[in-house]
Order: sequence, then structure tokens, then C-alpha cells
Amino acid sequence: MARTEEYQLNVGPVHPSTHGVLRFLLTMEGETIKDVEMIIGQLHRGIEKIAESRSYLQFIPYTDRLDYISGMTNNYGFTKAVEDLAGITVPKKAEYLRVFVMELNRIVNHLVCIGSLLLDLGAATMIIYGFRERHKILELFESLSGARMTFNYIRPGGVRGDIPEGFIDKAKAFLRDMPKRLDDYAQLINENEIVLMRMKGIGMLSPEDAINYGVTGPMLRGSGVSYDIRKDDPYSVYEELDFKACTRPECDTYARYIVRMDEMYESLYIAEQALDRIEHLGGPVKAHFPRIFTPPEGEVYSRIEAPKGELGFYIVSDGSTRPYRVKIRSPPFCSLQALPQMVEGLKIPDLVATFGIVDIALGDVDR
Amino acid sequence: MIFENIYDIIAFILSSAGILQRMQSYSDALGIPIAPKLIIILVESALLLVGVALMVMFLTWMERKVLGHAQARLGPMITWYHGLLQPIVDGVKLLSKEDLMPRRADKWLFFIAPMIAFVPALLVFIPIPFGCCGAIISDLPMGILYVMAVSAISPIGILIGGWASDNKYSLLGALRAAAQDLSYEIPMVLTIIGIVLITGSLSLQEIVEFQDKIWFVFLQPLGFIIFLVAAIAEMSRIPFDLHESESEFVAGFFTEYSGMKFAFFFLAEYAHLFGIAAIMTTLYFGGWHGPMIPMIPPIITSIVWFTLKVLVIIFFTMWLRATVPRVRVDQILDIGWKVMLPLALFNVFITGLLVAGGVL
Repeated sequence: MARTEEYQLNVGPVHPSTHGVLRFLLTMEGETIKDVEMIIGQLHRGIEKIAESRSYLQFIPYTDRLDYISGMTNNYGFTKAVEDLAGITVPKKAEYLRVFVMELNRIVNHLVCIGSLLLDLGAATMIIYGFRERHKILELFESLSGARMTFNYIRPGGVRGDIPEGFIDKAKAFLRDMPKRLDDYAQLINENEIVLMRMKGIGMLSPEDAINYGVTGPMLRGSGVSYDIRKDDPYSVYEELDFKACTRPECDTYARYIVRMDEMYESLYIAEQALDRIEHLGGPVKAHFPRIFTPPEGEVYSRIEAPKGELGFYIVSDGSTRPYRVKIRSPPFCSLQALPQMVEGLKIPDLVATFGIVDIALGDVDR
Repeated sequence: MIFENIYDIIAFILSSAGILQRMQSYSDALGIPIAPKLIIILVESALLLVGVALMVMFLTWMERKVLGHAQARLGPMITWYHGLLQPIVDGVKLLSKEDLMPRRADKWLFFIAPMIAFVPALLVFIPIPFGCCGAIISDLPMGILYVMAVSAISPIGILIGGWASDNKYSLLGALRAAAQDLSYEIPMVLTIIGIVLITGSLSLQEIVEFQDKIWFVFLQPLGFIIFLVAAIAEMSRIPFDLHESESEFVAGFFTEYSGMKFAFFFLAEYAHLFGIAAIMTTLYFGGWHGPMIPMIPPIITSIVWFTLKVLVIIFFTMWLRATVPRVRVDQILDIGWKVMLPLALFNVFITGLLVAGGVL
């Protein structure tokens, strides 16, 4: 056995498969990874600090820029914290609209995640198919909010506005077509021999380790822990809707991938139910929320199930128009911390696969 | 009139126009009687170069189109009809680009690596029969052996390029590429032995003529599958494209190359793709054989058939690229040594038994 010398390999911040400006410093022995050091912060914009100098309403557009793939859930995460702080009740129709857009946003997120994962594995087709469907969802979002990525749609008290004319039909057409598309993608990927070779048994993370690292979302459910805040700590109108938390016990990359695939079907199902209620509910979509809003003194932590995991907003209010402090618990930041353990002893292609399914958005990691 | 090879055809055309005789008398007067022959050989080389370059340009366009349509896009559309001029535009772009070289690179090795990779990819075409009636540059008696020997040179170019770039990505990519090329060349050669056992000749022209009645893909189905997998690995196409592995090593061994040097690696890759597809056609799909159409000279029909078969094979590899991801580096070597090699040996064994038993 030839003895090889350890060496360091720098991957990123400008690299095809680091999904942004993340930098890895790998300690390698031949092609085997001995250690991973992650250097983050290249996209740090001080969003938490910005929050202290903006009013509650002004801060919502900034949440769009946290996890720029799923802006709707970020909007809602902050909105929910503010509503909890102020004790605002929201009209039912607005809640269903929120659930509808959040579930569609989950689909967008998972499509982008799976697409870029397969792009990293070398199959470029899936990301373009995924973006085709994403485009349809973004068109729906555009008709609601006027924007395609930075929505600023969900606000304290409700949503930006009522649904435009013809929206129900367009949404229904989409919900009708989408399951077929998902079946196609499952057919393309799920049983593909090379996909199985690349993903099965790679990036193992035991349930205990996952919990200890604070990993949440599909990552944790792929390790066999059934933890879904929509189920375990219900918010909005999720209690009235029928769905299940998708889990897989295998703990590997493939399990996490399958969880994401299953969640897309579940999200479609939820969105269908929500759309049905939206169609039949009347009334306002926005409760009164004062322009100059001064919440009572106090603090609140509220969490939701964002597509990438548990998204928490911790707000300290000193009774003025601006929050005293906002702390954001972003899911990919926590999930990323488990990566060195997951890839130790694997090869660089495995790092790419494991990292791809962690599903980060650097805007959310660095904030 | 029966021609042996392209040299004869050019000589016939020139002499029927009376040019060859005049050239001969001039060069005799000058005391260099070999000059006309050299000129014809130069013309022949230029033909080969232009032919391969045109094919490569077409392949880059085809690759984009096939991938585009597989991915619900259109591919290049702006330059002329369905983007057919895209390769020329790309070529102009690459020519006008700055030729960067890393400061600590080994200058000479960095310079010659693209050529070492490109020249063998071109030399492979010498013994391949493109059509009947002399559409071959030279019918070497040990043609297939020559092809394998020459194509085994290109990993050296890749290794040199990776080493000379003084970049860890390049070096690792080059080592991977070399390891992959070496481990898939062996099963490839072993499957060819099966064919050689049946035909009893190494000459590619004779192998093609042997397939007059039945193609080798039907006589050697196992051998064909092994050859196909090995060929995809040799072409460095997607399930086995360790040469590039862009999601891991940016661009593999040519990470540091730019401008025309990069273009040479690129050309070499597609010329190699064309070359291996041509060899596969010759060995397994009956080469230029196909129904001849009356009124059209057989040389043209046979070249068309040959090109069509090559394009079908290349289309298959592009289709594969749109469908499957890349295999991991250790898995590629595992497949090569633990699966392909025993299967190839088994194929040789079975073929040998059948040939000895007089079945084939």
C-alpha cells in the first residue's frame, strides 16, 4: 500500500457546485476526504442588524432575500412572529391563501433542490424540467404579488390583496398537470441505476446526530425522525387540512431525496384543499394593521416549517416602532454544520452529492 | 476502374485532367521525382483534416440541439437556420480570446499537451474505411491494432496537460482521466480480439467486407455491449466523463486552458468521439454496408451509410448524456476491472470455443 501525503484542496467560493459563495477547505488523502472546513460569510449582509433600523412592515421585503428560492415562507415566518407579538387575528381566507402560496413555494424549492442536485451529479436535464414547472408557479405568484422572486406578499394582518380574476382557473390547471409531471420526474430519476449508485448509502447521518446538530426539515425526516412543525406545532390553518409528514428511515442521501419527492405530492394535495376553500370563502383577505405599528413590550419566538427546515424568528420588542432585536434561525445554516461529519471518508463526488441534498441558499446561511 | 484508397482516387482525378503528368515532368526536370506523390499525400491529409473538422463542428452543433430538445429547450437558434453556424461563431470567439497561461505552469508541456491530445484523435482515421471502392486513406494490414495503439496516446496528452497546469484540479482530473482511459482500453481490446478471431484479419477493410451478410453486433452481442460501455468511457461521455467532471473539478484537466489551446482539447474530444463511433460502426455495424441505390455511384452511397450509422451512435451517446448522471470515480474503476474485464475475457473464451468448433 503506497503511502500518500495529505494535502489541502480549496473548493469555492467560485466553483460550479457550491451553490453560491460557500468555500470548502478540504483536507484530502488521495481522493478521500479527511476533513472539511466550511468558510461562510461571503454573502453576509447584516440583515439581522438592518431589522433594528426598520419598522416591522418595512422589514418584510428583506425576508424575501434570506432564502431567495422560497420567499413566501420567509414572509410568513416573520409575519407570524409579528402577529404572535401583537395578537392579531387573520381572516380565514387570507390564511388559506398563505397556505396555498407556501405549499407551492415548497414545490419550487424542492424542484430547484433536486434539479441542482442532479446537475451536480452530471444529469443536466432535471434542472431545466424543474425550472419549467417553477416558471408556472412563479407566474401564479406574479399574478398575486407582482413579483417573481421577492414577493412581499404575506404581511401582518393578511396578504397583499385578493386573488385576481381567473386565478382559480389557472391554479387549478396547474394543480391538474403537476402530478403527471412529478410522475415523469420520478420515472426519470427514482429507479435510475446510476442515481442509486451515487446516492444510496452516501452521506449517512444518524437520527441522534441529526437532532444534536439541530438539523431539521427534509434532512431530519430523511433520517427517520418524524418532525414536521406543520404537524407537531400547528400554525395557520394546517390543523384543518389533511396531509402527512413524509419520512424515510434510511438516513442517506437517497432517503432525503425521496422525502423531497414525496413532500411535493403532499404539498400539491394541501394546495388543492386550500384552493378549494379559497374558492368558496368570501370576505376580506387583510385584517386592520396600523401603518405606525407599536407592539407591546416583550419577546416572541415563532417557528414554521420552511421547505428547508425549521425557520424561526425571535423578536424582542421594546415597545417602539422598530424591533429591538431580530434573530433568525435559518434552517440551512444548522443543516450545513452536520456536513463535515456526513462526508468524512467519502470522495469529492460524494461531497457534491451530499452537499446538494443539504439544500442551502447562501442568502439564508450568511444572512 | 478499381481504387485501393483515396490516394488512387486523387491520382486518377489528377491524371485524367492531365495535371499529374505535367507535374511529373516538371519534378523530373528538377530532379525530385517524388514531389507529385508528396503533393497528393498533402492533399489527402488536408482532406482528412477538413473532413474531421467539419464533422466535429457538426457534432458540437448536434450535441447542443439534441440536448436542447431533450431538455425542453431549442438550443442555438440565432446564427442562421436553427443555429447551424454556431460552431463557426464559437470558433471565432475562441480564436479571439486571450491565451492565458498560469505563471507557474511548465511552458513547453503546457503548450504541447493539446497537440499530443489532438493528433492521435486524427491519426485514428487513417485505416478506417469510410466507404467502399477505395474511400479509405490506407488499408493497413494491422489496422485495428494501429487504431488501438494510436488512441492509447491521447491519455499522455491529458496527463501532460494536467501536470503542466500546476493546478490541483487539473492534476486530479488528469489522473482520473488517465486511470479511466487505461482501465477501459483493456476490455475494449479484448472484445476486438473476439472479432479478429472470427475474421482472421486485423485489416479494417477486411472486417467490413466480412460483414457483408451479417453484422458483428448479432454475432458478438456480449462483445458489443462491452465495447459500447468501454467506448462511452473512451469517448468520455456522460456516465463516464471523469475527464471533465465539471461539478467536482471545474473542468478537469483543461481547467487552466483558454483560447485556441482549449479549442484543441475540445476538438480532440469530439474528434475522438467521431473516431470511436467510426470504429464501432466498422467493427459491429457492418461499416459502409447498406442497401445500394442504383444510379448513384456506390462510393457515395456507402459513405452516406457509414456517416448515418456513425451519427446514430453519436446520437445515442448524446441521448445518454441527457438522461443519466455521472458514475463516481471509484465506481468507474470498479466496473472497469471487476465487471468489464472478466466479461471481456469470457467473451474471448466463448468466441474461441465457437471458432475452434467451426460454428463461426
